[in-house]
Amino acid sequence: MGKRFTSTHYLAAFDLKYDENGNIVSKPKVQRVHKQIWLRTLWVSLAATALCLVLGYPVAYLLSTLPLRVSNILMICVLLPFWTSLLVRLTSWIVLLQKQGVLNDIFVWLGFISDEHRLRMVYNMTGTLVAMTHILLPFMILPLYSVMKTISPNYVKAARSLGADSWRAFRQIYLPLTIPGIGAGGLLVFILAIGYYSTPALVGGASGQLIGNFIALHMSKTLNWGLAAAMGTILLAGVLAIYWLYNRLVGIENMKLG
Amino acid sequence: MSYPVYAGRLEKTWYYAFRIICGLVLFFLIAPIVVLIPLSFNAEPYFTFSQGMLTLDPQAFSFRWYEDMIENPQWIHSIKNSIIIGFFATIFATFFGTLAAWGLSRPHTPFRVPLMGLLISPMIVPLIITAAGMFFFYSKVGLAQTYPGLIMAHTALGIPFVIITVTATLMGFDQDLIRASASLGANPVTTFRKVVLPLIMPGVISGALFALVTSFDEIVVVLFLSGFKQRTIPRQMWVGIREQISPTILAAATILIAVAVALLTAVELLRRRSERLRGVRPT
Repeated sequence: MGKRFTSTHYLAAFDLKYDENGNIVSKPKVQRVHKQIWLRTLWVSLAATALCLVLGYPVAYLLSTLPLRVSNILMICVLLPFWTSLLVRLTSWIVLLQKQGVLNDIFVWLGFISDEHRLRMVYNMTGTLVAMTHILLPFMILPLYSVMKTISPNYVKAARSLGADSWRAFRQIYLPLTIPGIGAGGLLVFILAIGYYSTPALVGGASGQLIGNFIALHMSKTLNWGLAAAMGTILLAGVLAIYWLYNRLVGIENMKLG
Repeated sequence: MSYPVYAGRLEKTWYYAFRIICGLVLFFLIAPIVVLIPLSFNAEPYFTFSQGMLTLDPQAFSFRWYEDMIENPQWIHSIKNSIIIGFFATIFATFFGTLAAWGLSRPHTPFRVPLMGLLISPMIVPLIITAAGMFFFYSKVGLAQTYPGLIMAHTALGIPFVIITVTATLMGFDQDLIRASASLGANPVTTFRKVVLPLIMPGVISGALFALVTSFDEIVVVLFLSGFKQRTIPRQMWVGIREQISPTILAAATILIAVAVALLTAVELLRRRSERLRGVRPT
């Protein structure tokens, strides 16, 4: 009989195994899948966080500087997706991005592409990344907005009056003041992105699957529960570490919900 | 925001370019949701705009996918399930969440910070991990593929939202009111019911709405924990998206968008009321 406890599953989660002598070695090349998926998950989560920051920062700034009457109306554009069912948003991305979908139709009609060369924008990595960015963007905009709201415009004005051009005033005065918002939004988006399951499952195709999907795969298809649990534990440890950091930096009770 | 008087030509150009960029991002956020609404009235079984729809031919529009949905017993069953599970999960989550927030808001509660972190964690832990854990545990105790099991799971997922919204309304809470109430002879339960609860009501209700929408929208736990009998609207949509045979999912999606608009309006109104009650001036 074997031992009661084993670290085999943890090794398998990183494409490693024990050889006959009990040394830890890499699995043969054809069996290596998981390392690539971990890297892909990290890469996609970082890319989604970066995209959310690039897209969300200007919008949060605009919303925080507009008069309340106008910004409240524009805020609907941020909050409505937040309240709309995830599956509705995924449906609409499939409808928009698929080969016979709305965007491809528009491109063909505009003459950008010919009818035979319709773009493949969903059921692959592009689909996962676009849908994830769309879903996570409000989680970036709201913390940024609440930080920017507290920054007095006088700081930038003072910098300008002391001779800084607008770029320098932004870089040296405004940007450092918004770092708490960037940190809060970035950590939140990353932590949510890294565990995504349903979005890659529906719009990711084969190339857009993330670690969450492999946990589900090992639970329900290959029935390798030990491996699923090991992968889940590693993911959980990562998430809890970031959660701890978030709690230290932002304080979980300060999370903004709409 | 308008450009300052000392702005040069470059800055004025940037000012307009900036607004266009922001407009595009807001368009990116809202367009995917809006585009589904006209598509759900498509008379053809396609997921894109037909010739007739673009020329606004009334023949090209119809309610057939809505009729399809209402006449389909599977959809009706899933709507019923969503309402039943959502209703009970919301009640339990609101009850436990409010009590937890009240307890945690008192300065002398021991282990306040770690407890808060623990209670909020279902919101942060990846759903696939929660679902996996619940699947193994609930299977052992016979709660998998049952209504109570799903209600318990959704209660756990809803509690963090209630704690956060109620804690937010408790931040401006005047502790003197409790002493005043006690000095007038009310016991703690009466004080909570008659003094605290009415004041934190906006937070309780908006927390309840968050819990409701969480249960209504939840798919991962449902995929692992529900049997054929317990399938909810998201599960029905999941199957519909995978098979992509009929645009009935577009009709369902449009109805869910209407629900989202109603919920958003309700939460916004509550937030303003709460700010008024606490004397926070809208900035």
